[in-house]
Amino acid sequence: MRHRRPAWHVATVVETRPETPNAVRLVLDVPTWPGSEAGTHLDVRLTAPDGYQATRSYSVATSEPGRVVLGIDELPDGEVSPFLVREVLAGDELEIHGPLGSYFVWRPGQSGRPVQLIAGGSGVVPLYAMAAAHAAASDPSPFRLLYSVRTPAYVYFRDELAALAGPSFAVDHVYTRQAPPGWDEPAGRLTRDSLASTTFAPHERPRIFVCGSTGFVETVVAWLLELGHAAHDILTERFGGL
Amino acid sequence: MTTRLDGNVLAGALAHLFVPDATDLRARCTNCGRVAPIAEAVVYADAPGLVARCRSCDHVLAAIVDAGDKVYLSLSGLSAIALPK
Ligand SMILES: Cc1cc2nc3c(=O)[nH]c(=O)nc-3n(C[C@H](O)[C@H](O)[C@H](O)COP(=O)(O)OP(=O)(O)OC[C@H]3O[C@@H](n4cnc5c(N)ncnc54)[C@H](O)[C@@H]3O)c2cc1C
Ligand SMILES: [Zn+2]
Repeated sequence: MRHRRPAWHVATVVETRPETPNAVRLVLDVPTWPGSEAGTHLDVRLTAPDGYQATRSYSVATSEPGRVVLGIDELPDGEVSPFLVREVLAGDELEIHGPLGSYFVWRPGQSGRPVQLIAGGSGVVPLYAMAAAHAAASDPSPFRLLYSVRTPAYVYFRDELAALAGPSFAVDHVYTRQAPPGWDEPAGRLTRDSLASTTFAPHERPRIFVCGSTGFVETVVAWLLELGHAAHDILTERFGGL
Repeated sequence: MTTRLDGNVLAGALAHLFVPDATDLRARCTNCGRVAPIAEAVVYADAPGLVARCRSCDHVLAAIVDAGDKVYLSLSGLSAIALPK
């Protein structure tokens, strides 16, 4: 699977269903898809009747051949995401290019060091793929996910993440707008202190994957460095935005 | 608008090169000498095409412009790209 040359594929939408109040999960049937490493993305290319094309990148939540699951957030003023979230129907075809990227990737058996995943919103998609690959490979390295979302309704892959949680995979949530009833922390943005208390400490030498909007990633990386993590242990995937 | 992405996003555009994935290749910035995977560059996708800048010194490392029938690739800010054997 490693170092497979990416190719263009025709994907057929099998299912589109609400994932959060402003996101869908797209399940694609792609007979030529070779499978992908956890953390990779693909490019979706839309072509208008007049030939105008727009391409955007989306992370792949799955790893097996023939089938691709995407999680897509709608940016109301966006060019591509409102189409994918609102207009696409089961049976539609999409052009996709991939699998892409071999840098922001987690591979089983690579290292026994702990792995810290840090997601903001839809940034959880590639990190969910890593957590699922970790479980599928029964890899012994300890995994932890810190997941920042607006409210409990905005959690992607809620049931799947709950099912993966166990002795070697812990999930911590930060709710920025509204916490669930009975939650012991008030809703509010992630802070450097809450980041420090819900992630592996620098002396545990975790490898850290951070993914989300560009602003989220830059804030988190600056704090991780201040807390004493080494720059070369932090891998990032910026989704865009501020 | 100047949205900053990571060099990871170049993987699709660089897929024409003769390696399966160019974004994990290490390359040197001609300006400051930093050697790092291309995936660690700062990418501006709002410019015409994609512009990759050095994360240390902001020097332009590479630019990719889609001209319809061709794609132009400039690697003017990169010296010595390490290729797998
Ligand atoms: C490697 C990679 C993987 C990605 N994976 C996913 C994924 O799994 N799920 C997903 O939903 N998105 C993902 N994205 C983001 C996605 O590629 C698009 O940028 C996003 O869907 C917006 O496209 P658009 O055409 O709707 O908006 P555009 O028309 O491109 O932009 C509209 C406005 O929104 C701003 N903007 C662009 N992106 C964001 C953002 N992420 N957050 C906030 N503001 C933004 C722009 O600066 C602009 O002002 C990924 C991006 C990259 C680089
Ligand atoms: Zn430089």
